Amino acid sequence: MIDVRHIGLQLPTVSFEVERGRLRFFAKATGETRPEYLDEDAARAAGYRSLPAPPTFLMGADLDAGTMTTLLDQLGVPIGRILHGEQSFTYHAPVCAGDVLSVESRISDIYSKKGGALEFIVKDSVIKDTQGKTVVEVRSIIVVRNPQEKSA
Amino acid sequence: MNAVRKEQVEVGQELPALKLPPITRTTLALFAGASGDHNPIHIDIDFAKSAGMPDVFAHGMLSMAYLGRFLTQWVPQSQLRHFAVRFSAITPVHAKLTCSGKVAELLERDGVALAKLEIGVVDEKGEVKLAGDALVALA
Repeated sequence: MIDVRHIGLQLPTVSFEVERGRLRFFAKATGETRPEYLDEDAARAAGYRSLPAPPTFLMGADLDAGTMTTLLDQLGVPIGRILHGEQSFTYHAPVCAGDVLSVESRISDIYSKKGGALEFIVKDSVIKDTQGKTVVEVRSIIVVRNPQEKSA
Repeated sequence: MNAVRKEQVEVGQELPALKLPPITRTTLALFAGASGDHNPIHIDIDFAKSAGMPDVFAHGMLSMAYLGRFLTQWVPQSQLRHFAVRFSAITPVHAKLTCSGKVAELLERDGVALAKLEIGVVDEKGEVKLAGDALVALA
């Protein structure tokens, strides 16, 4: 079982630069066809400062920094046992290529279901611009499969 | 793309569906790199088997990214306020996904007209892979 004393754990703040090439790579990987995600001029014509980061792109901010890997190590959870349970984003301002962001994350809850066969880790992140203004809030719920635990 | 206006939207209205090509192993490799999710369970069949899975399976965030495309083909992303999903089933490699959704509710918050959308992703057998909702500001 994951120690619930980790509830409230503040993870190291990470910095993330929204790179133009990475946005193009993400667009390719997801089969994006809309011009504002592929072409700088089309993005400007659509009213963005530069290529916009698609709605789910900022998940990469934490992942790149290895925050998740470090967290799983710290909680003693093998990566092969995790599934994604829920995910949400709340948008306060557009994020575009060239933006430099900071990501502050904390573990806001840990709980189990089915007699410990499934455990849940809730992580909340606040993503801010260089002025300290919150641009996106992110919540991830990770499910840990514990096949050896039997239902009570 | 023009902003979606309040008078263009009504409760129950279906949004144009987004049908995706089958998910290939190449898709998963590219998405691992592009998204930053390098969990080997999505790209390395040896690792997937050692973790008790029959094969690699798609990143939940790939389906959510497709759902994001579905939203932003209907409404400019600058109108998107909230986007949430619950992952309900694993998506195996070769699955053919379709994103769909409808307007569930029209509301107003702080003087801004909003549409709440019920959205989801199903495979070719109609199994729900993820379901959720989105909130978009209407012009």
